[in-house]
Amino acid sequence: MITIVDYNAGNPTSVKRALASVGVESVISPSADVVRDAERIIFPGVGHARATMAVLIERGLDRALSDAFARGTPILGICVGAQLSLSHSEEGDTPCLGLVPGTVRRFPELAKELKVPHMGWNRVRVTRQHPLFEGVPDDNEFYFVHSYYLAPADGQRVLATTQHGIEFVSAFEIDNFAAVQFHPEKSGPLGIDILARFARWQPAARKAPAC
Amino acid sequence: MLTKRVISCLDVRDGKLAKSVKFVDTKDIGDPVEKAREYYEAGLDELVFYDITASHEGRGIMLDVVRRVAEQVFIPFSVGGGLRSVSDAGQVLEAGAEKVNYNSAAVKRPELLEEAARAFGAQCVVLSMDVMRAPVTPELPSGFEVVIHGGRLRQGLDAITWARRAESLGAGEIVVNSIDADGTREGYDIEITRRIADAVSVPVIASGGGGENQHLYDALTAGHADAALVASMLHYGSHTVAGIKAYLSGRGLPIRKPPAA
Repeated sequence: MITIVDYNAGNPTSVKRALASVGVESVISPSADVVRDAERIIFPGVGHARATMAVLIERGLDRALSDAFARGTPILGICVGAQLSLSHSEEGDTPCLGLVPGTVRRFPELAKELKVPHMGWNRVRVTRQHPLFEGVPDDNEFYFVHSYYLAPADGQRVLATTQHGIEFVSAFEIDNFAAVQFHPEKSGPLGIDILARFARWQPAARKAPAC
Repeated sequence: MLTKRVISCLDVRDGKLAKSVKFVDTKDIGDPVEKAREYYEAGLDELVFYDITASHEGRGIMLDVVRRVAEQVFIPFSVGGGLRSVSDAGQVLEAGAEKVNYNSAAVKRPELLEEAARAFGAQCVVLSMDVMRAPVTPELPSGFEVVIHGGRLRQGLDAITWARRAESLGAGEIVVNSIDADGTREGYDIEITRRIADAVSVPVIASGGGGENQHLYDALTAGHADAALVASMLHYGSHTVAGIKAYLSGRGLPIRKPPAA
């Protein structure tokens, strides 16, 4: 059973429907207690960093996600969910969850034909093998909608990159947490397959936390 | 590199497809959900549903269509036609659409774009504009006029002025539909598509007139469009999603590959 975090950030139902299409059961919940005890978590989201962080904090979901991460629960962050897992976002100069050190940066001024938001289907270049990307062909496309991009501090954590004027991180992982900038729930069969693999993913046992 | 999108539009009236549409593997002829699924499986990049239901009761039927599409079709889709307010849009997004599409209502009350962008984000707000060629006057310096109600009502509003205004209000994407070209299958109006694409920084979708693969190529290159909308080419079965995409990528455009057959 997958718990989808509900924090007024876009429509969590699209993730639920995508999971249902491959027979994976899920529940959408705004409750910190449910998220803390979840077997597996999807942390989706669309929206402004500051507004969405405020809802997470108000509902106690910030602590619940940190606790779940610390105890080794497999978590998949999608788009804004991926961004909020880093330490800080340039969008509204917002302090984020900091599950993973790093920042969320605004796309720089790009050539006229390269528009921001980066919206549409683009290629994900897998730079390091990971169970979530098993079998993804090189000539793939996934659906993106975002104006800010992921910049995790530790380059070793990067799983995939994408080109849009600059080469940016489109997926990273740390232990039991994986993050994708694109929307697997809107990326056709290749995206659905990523969700199905997440549902089966058994991350290696997490190293003991530092304190 | 971001690919050029191939989008199709389905007109829905009272929950059924309004135009004659050819079905490949027919289970339920006239069912927009079935048709959407067929195009999704064929590798279409995005869909637009245009609700032409006249009655108020039709709205609930359309929301049901949106929900059923969202259960089976995992690409972005937008819904337009008859949306007059932010709460109309909220219902459609809640039901599972990715974006909403405003046309006449935004011409009558431009602030609607601003309100919707504030409520849902600009990436959810698409402006569709119907344009017609018109004599150049001080009010219509571009020689293209915005019209509503399928071209029956001229607005005295310059197409490029309107596109710029819509962008500044919060439209995240603009569909440029040429009423002159619509239904001709003789090609998109490249001139107005290009002029609007060059005037705004949001993505522009060419619409109206697509009949041959070459027409899409022209819109996506000479027309500077980010996406092309096709209707009858696909609906009447003269072309397929895979065929259109193979043509465009064969001519060197970045195109999302359809799933292996």
